[in-house]
Amino acid sequence: MASPQIFDAMKAAVIEGNKTEAEQLARQALAQGVSPNDALERGFIPGIRRVGQLWEQGEYFLPELVTSAECMKAVLAVLKPELDKARQKSVLSGKVVIGTVEGDIHDIGKNLVAAMFAANGFEVFDLGADVKLQTFIDKALAVKADFVCLSALLTTTMLNQRRFMGLVKEQSLAGRFKILVGGAPVTKKWAEDIGAHGYAENAMAAVRLALSLSAGAEESS
Amino acid sequence: MISTIRPKLELLSAELVQTIIDEGLAVLETHGIFIENEEALSLFQEAGMKVDGATRRVFIKPLLVEKCLATTPSTIKLYDRRGERSHTIGGDTVHFDPGSAAVKILDHRDQTERGATTDDVVNFVRITDCLDHLHFQSTGLVSGDVPDMIADSYRLYLGLLFSAKPVVTGTFNVAGFQPMRDMLQAVRGGAEELRAKPLAIFDACPSPPLKWSNLTTQSLIDCARAGIPSELISMGMTGATSPVTLAGTLVQHVAENLAGLVIGQLAKPGAPVIFGGSPSSFDMRTGTTPMGAIETMMIDMGYAQIAKSLHLPTHAYMSLSDAKVNDSQSGLETGLGAVLAGLAGINVVSGPGMLNFESCQSLEKLVIDNETCGMVYRLLEGIVQREQPMAKHLFEAIMRGGEFLTLPHTRQWFRKEHVYPRLADRDTYDAWVAAGRKTMNDRAHDEVERLLASRPPDAPAPEVAAELKKIMQAEAARHGLSRLPQVKEFAV
Repeated sequence: MASPQIFDAMKAAVIEGNKTEAEQLARQALAQGVSPNDALERGFIPGIRRVGQLWEQGEYFLPELVTSAECMKAVLAVLKPELDKARQKSVLSGKVVIGTVEGDIHDIGKNLVAAMFAANGFEVFDLGADVKLQTFIDKALAVKADFVCLSALLTTTMLNQRRFMGLVKEQSLAGRFKILVGGAPVTKKWAEDIGAHGYAENAMAAVRLALSLSAGAEESS
Repeated sequence: MISTIRPKLELLSAELVQTIIDEGLAVLETHGIFIENEEALSLFQEAGMKVDGATRRVFIKPLLVEKCLATTPSTIKLYDRRGERSHTIGGDTVHFDPGSAAVKILDHRDQTERGATTDDVVNFVRITDCLDHLHFQSTGLVSGDVPDMIADSYRLYLGLLFSAKPVVTGTFNVAGFQPMRDMLQAVRGGAEELRAKPLAIFDACPSPPLKWSNLTTQSLIDCARAGIPSELISMGMTGATSPVTLAGTLVQHVAENLAGLVIGQLAKPGAPVIFGGSPSSFDMRTGTTPMGAIETMMIDMGYAQIAKSLHLPTHAYMSLSDAKVNDSQSGLETGLGAVLAGLAGINVVSGPGMLNFESCQSLEKLVIDNETCGMVYRLLEGIVQREQPMAKHLFEAIMRGGEFLTLPHTRQWFRKEHVYPRLADRDTYDAWVAAGRKTMNDRAHDEVERLLASRPPDAPAPEVAAELKKIMQAEAARHGLSRLPQVKEFAV
């Protein structure tokens, strides 16, 4: 069996944002018979949690946060197939499909939100920018997403968030996933008006919102 | 008399300027630029450039950029609504205009931001019209009480109705261009008249890194054909959407803006284009884009110097602040930016009035900033040898017991040599207390009220106003608004 040092190394690799090292450790762990959930729970997730703390304390800045989130993404790519095979209940916080809506090619804000989700143990499916509305739905159904996050920077493309709500209704998909909206012109009131499940002003708030919505869903189920 | 030095500040060596341009050109040639607009893609194809249809990337050869630089005018003349007063944009001239385009206004009563409505926009335009150091107005405040689809043309409509100053503006959607152009032509009395005497500048922003969206590309093409100057607003954010180093961001800035310039020249050789921008130092803690950061201002000064080396008119978003109210931060960031923009000789400086990362306008800040701009103009006049000799002839009288205050020399020069601000506090402590212990923000608000009460709006000729209204009403009706919002007091 694997020595406890490997978990310390995993944690360190994520904290340092060393993607190559983190990927290699994930592979090594599987080769040594460590379960993917163990690797996550004892190694990588404590690492990303520490990154989150360092961020909250103002020690870590965005480049550090985002590169550590990238590590998590790389690690998940290695562990995910095994995790699925093992049919264990995932220790991850949830699945997020995210993108900038069609007609809008701005993606920096969306990228930060995606990174922050990854940094908090969510499995993130980033569809990029100028994403067709139907693509969000198709992806969300394919991966059984918990959340669909729609970003828009322009007042004109923001209208596509409302169109998305219409599409979800038309295709009778209400309740299959929660819909969060964001972007510079988006407000809490707009989110309420179009019937989205939530709005967040920044990346950290988006994660908090998703976590609280997940907790709410678990309580009510 | 000894000639006066125009105070100037440059941050780049000639060698670094050239190296940045060369790297920018290499980026355009090897990595290309994403262009979302079909018409522009065909223009590039016709010009013999390699176009990747699938990824919509255009690879621009340095030779084409050179050819387009040769046809781009180095100066532009902008005329006021009457077609009388003109302003030269080029060389080291400096013109301030309010920062654009805020969706919120700082409400003085409770010092909080709120969405802007028609009345706010009208007040904003009227105040701008009163402020001498703001040579241009801008459609810097967006009214929330009309449909989004006409928000761009509606703000221009109010600008043209309530101020005679030339306008810095832009489209929010492709369909917004036509009514806006029609209004400008209505003021001038025709398409050729507008071409001869441009009244407005249209901002067009590439999306970093290295992307020109359909909307902004179309604006470049439409403006080039109508003879309306385009202002290229590249806006890399260091380390987020552009390289983290200032010099690296300048490389991307040059590549994006030169691509925009080429689009304009391909649409119409000789089209007036201004090399501008709104780049920023990206804050790695908050993920925001501080316009008041010194690095932001350094990037602005850097690209302006590069543009000048290419003999292009220049623009920057400077003299604005990220503060949320009119406090010390707003004053220091605005003041720093205004002074540096002046020293850099940036032709169009957009910023006054702006707070909170280009999202909020404040009428109070606008009048404060006007005073700052006045100080900058004084600075740029430099120290002048007014007389020969300058002083030695004065001391004869002084030594005999005379006073400087009563010298004819003093009376002759004191107003020319010194600027007397209206708002800055220069009272003694007791006088300040007696006047009610007012802060700069309080005094600025008094000034706003005074200006609005004392100056009637500067309206166009009735037939022009009627034509503008006709165009705007038709546009509003097309988007489901049967009646334009009523303008308080000054119904038009």
